Amino acid sequence: MHMQKNKKLKTNKMSNNEWPLWEVFIRSKQGLNHKHVGSLRASDEVMAIENARDVYTRRSEGISIWVVESNSVFASDSSDADEFFEPADSKIYRHPTFYDVPDGIEHM
Amino acid sequence: MTEDQLSELERKFQERIDNDVKIEPNDWMPDSYRKTLIRQISQHAHSEIVGMLPEGNWITRAPNLRRKAVLLAKVQDEAGHGLYLYSATETLGADREKTIDDLHSGKAKYSSIFNYPTLTWADMGAIGWLVDGAAIMNQVPLCRCSYGPYARAMVRVCKEESFHQRQGFEIMMQLAQGTPEQKEMAQDALNRFWWPALMMFGPNDDESPNSAQSMKWKIKRSSNDELRQLFIDVTVPQAEMIGLTIPDPDLKWNEETKHYDIGAIDWAEFWEVVNGNGPCNKERINARKSAKENGAWVREAANAYAEKQKAKNK
Repeated sequence: MHMQKNKKLKTNKMSNNEWPLWEVFIRSKQGLNHKHVGSLRASDEVMAIENARDVYTRRSEGISIWVVESNSVFASDSSDADEFFEPADSKIYRHPTFYDVPDGIEHM
Repeated sequence: MTEDQLSELERKFQERIDNDVKIEPNDWMPDSYRKTLIRQISQHAHSEIVGMLPEGNWITRAPNLRRKAVLLAKVQDEAGHGLYLYSATETLGADREKTIDDLHSGKAKYSSIFNYPTLTWADMGAIGWLVDGAAIMNQVPLCRCSYGPYARAMVRVCKEESFHQRQGFEIMMQLAQGTPEQKEMAQDALNRFWWPALMMFGPNDDESPNSAQSMKWKIKRSSNDELRQLFIDVTVPQAEMIGLTIPDPDLKWNEETKHYDIGAIDWAEFWEVVNGNGPCNKERINARKSAKENGAWVREAANAYAEKQKAKNK
């Protein structure tokens, strides 16, 4: 499996006492997924969540926040995305439009 | 990597851009694309952060509580905008601290408009109306920029920016309808901020050497002069509506082009300010530097606390 570290991470060392980088995910309302909105720096998870509130939800964009330290994120390798996702592209029979349904058949 | 492989990657890259496919952080990109973006986005971030200073100057002297709460919220937004943008530079592999140090050393630039002083309360109106208005003109096309994280940050910024412009216009309108002294104060702020606001769009197109490449990469989507003209055309009637006069004796409607013609912009002044000799350049950089230096102990203490907590929870 091809993988790459999130490239941002190259800078995630705490040089000059720099705080670690965090990825921020926000649930905008009950019933929806948390969605990635951006990143920020904070010294720990408590500060990360409070900063995320101030930076990413000033207009009531969220009701729940997740933060994940950026160096814990692994990503698929975008340079061979075509090959990596090929198994899905070649299986058109997974889609309902692949099948012929004669006229007159209903509820299908 | 051989030269052939490199040019093949560059060809594919341009093809994606031409087809309006966004570029994301881990995708291959030419070094010059990366460098151009880091420079542009970090300058944009610096402008947001330095831009807090001229307005911060009036928070404690806002004329009433409503005005104070609004100004405070606006300045807080500018801080947020700076943070979205610094994060976007980090997705390109830029070191955040180094980016900030480049601002402090004078190596990195920021919008020259913030090197003008804010002398009266009316300047809060002029800045919101004109400076944020010009910024919106610049930022709206950037929402379609080819680099995903920058475009997404701009969508967020633009959504928040329109309140900034309206609150500024409201200040100007009320002063313009007030006592003769208040109206004079509003006119004086317009006189001082009009030309610097027009300069925010950058040099004329034929003096803007990097524009062609940025257009090809779809980092830039409209030319400096196009955006400036758009700003003039929408702003002049707004000034007329509230009874203020644009400080340009040569300003007139051109029936043929359906645009306003304006007098000559003083580009010598623009370059003076860009090169560090504006009225407040030193004051602005010193304020940023001392904020960083005086806050160093807080950042260190937070790190020490985090390490201690981690050790405790092991």
